[in-house]
Amino acid sequence: MSNHPLFQLTLMRMREFIREPEALFWSMIFPIALAAGLGIAFRNRPPEVLKVAAVTPRLAEALRQEKLLDVTQLPPQLAEQFVRTGKVALVAEPAADGSVVYRYDDTNPEGRQARMLADQAIQRASGRQDPIAGNDQIMREPGSRYIDFLIPGLIGMGIMGNSIWGPGFSIVDARRKKLMKRIVATPMPKHYYLLSFLLWRMILLPVDVGVPLAFGVFVFGIPLRGSFGALAAICVLATLAFSAGGLLIASRVRTIEAASGLMNLSMVPMWILSGVFFSSQRFPDLVQPIIKALPLTAVIDALRGNMLQGAGFAQMAPQAAVLGVWLVVCFGLALRLFRWR
Amino acid sequence: MPQPETKAALRVRNLRKTYKDVVAVDGIDLDILAGECFGLLGPNGAGKTTTIEICEGLTEADSGEVEVLGLHWKSDASALRQKLGIQLQETQLAEKLTVFETLRLFRSFFRQGPGAEDAIRIVQLEEKRDARVGGLSGGQKQRLALACALVGDPDLLFLDEPTTGLDPQARRQLWDLIEEFKAAGRTILLTTHYMEEAERLCGRVAIMDHGKVIAQGTPRELIASIGVEHVVEFSAGDAVPDLAGIGAMAGVRDVRTENGSVLLQVTELHKAVPGLLDELGRQGIPLTELRTHSATLEDVFVHLTGRHLRDE
Repeated sequence: MSNHPLFQLTLMRMREFIREPEALFWSMIFPIALAAGLGIAFRNRPPEVLKVAAVTPRLAEALRQEKLLDVTQLPPQLAEQFVRTGKVALVAEPAADGSVVYRYDDTNPEGRQARMLADQAIQRASGRQDPIAGNDQIMREPGSRYIDFLIPGLIGMGIMGNSIWGPGFSIVDARRKKLMKRIVATPMPKHYYLLSFLLWRMILLPVDVGVPLAFGVFVFGIPLRGSFGALAAICVLATLAFSAGGLLIASRVRTIEAASGLMNLSMVPMWILSGVFFSSQRFPDLVQPIIKALPLTAVIDALRGNMLQGAGFAQMAPQAAVLGVWLVVCFGLALRLFRWR
Repeated sequence: MPQPETKAALRVRNLRKTYKDVVAVDGIDLDILAGECFGLLGPNGAGKTTTIEICEGLTEADSGEVEVLGLHWKSDASALRQKLGIQLQETQLAEKLTVFETLRLFRSFFRQGPGAEDAIRIVQLEEKRDARVGGLSGGQKQRLALACALVGDPDLLFLDEPTTGLDPQARRQLWDLIEEFKAAGRTILLTTHYMEEAERLCGRVAIMDHGKVIAQGTPRELIASIGVEHVVEFSAGDAVPDLAGIGAMAGVRDVRTENGSVLLQVTELHKAVPGLLDELGRQGIPLTELRTHSATLEDVFVHLTGRHLRDE
């Protein structure tokens, strides 16, 4: 088996990949860094605790009954200075007639919220009974957060980028250096050469998808509600479709610059339109059919459907069909147009 | 009509190839016999590479006939590929692979032939077995390219400018290798624009210019064909000798000036040199430089075209 040309060619892909540290970085570390950064930026924060001040121990004690308030007891002058500089949202002071004075900025939402919470705490501490008891039921479910939306988008984007850049650059480079011409001058059947790229992508696919997926699941608790088989199938189909696109882009060009331009031209619109970072529903209805026909939209929709809503093979059929058409058209054109020298 | 009993490894008839408006190959005929090393000699742009790539099945001819090892590219391409060893001009092999890995890869493309280790030994790259291709010197890269051409144990070896761009030492090392292949009875077609290379390695040579074969034969035959055995070259400083007088001397075939020197093509050196010295003395011309050499393929090319092989 190790004497088979396809084995040796795929081995060459592997060696060229692992001996290129930059490639390793961009395809593995970069998506994780991106997901981590965005996940932190858009994380769901716990309910905010407001800082308030009280000038007497009795008021402070009453305010501490409210969990959402962080209470400090301060002398009056210092307390006033704190509220002016925004270090606390509100100061509670006893008035001469036994009432309470709240000092706060009513144009600041934090001030208004602190006023409500402080008043409620002081009234309850003074013996107010609420006529109707209210019970809270907290809804903070995985699956509806931004990171849940983002990870399938990043996985789709990763599959696209790796499948187009990887084979595309290798092919243009081999053509430019006349390595392709040299290999074609041997008895090796030509389709092995192209197949080795697909095979290598398939070998890398578990890493391409697994790294961001594992990161999402273990770090952010992303749900995986759909069948794993359907998820794997859509990733394989997507890799084949995008690799075919990469072969098509690289089928004629002779320089890295030209290839780069063509690759960016085909990928950048999809980064924007296909809903990696925000929902593609935000674009006008008129362009929705075009957006739906893009391969990246199909992959991302299918991945989100599978991971977040538990979609199986049947529900992903339309997206699979879109990818299938791209695969057949791109591969057919690439075979026709491919220049071996 | 039955073919005569020749062991032609390569037969080319009336080959033509035009790129846009440039005629690269303009109706050439070649016959390369089994076991010989045949050279295509000519300046850059003469059509050597186009010719060899048509023979290698990499370029399609516009018209003409090519028979390689008795087979044809149209009908027997896959069988032919197994029998040919090819070294292209300016191929850069994968830089990140090692010498051994590269040969292992190329060996996997062929049904039979020496293993990667054997090929490494043949081209004397044992010390570089595990070195990356990107770190090899120009000569080592060429030897690796040669090894890649050998792993299929080819019946016919095509070498396109195997020593172009190499330093003299690396060139001589490569020549030694090619001479070993010759001694082992391999059939070789090589292109070159170095006349020393063609003279040293090739049993027969075809001189190409502007897509045509302008002379063909053994280096000795070709040199003899211009009727000149030696070239005498001299300079006279600023003085201007009377060339007509020199040209009229016995045994001088041709006189011309080049870069301030005078070149004489002569048949008998032992008569021409004393005659020249007498003539210059008679004309009162001081001699600042005098050189002689036996005629080479370069002189053949100059004789046929009026240009040098390496004219830029």
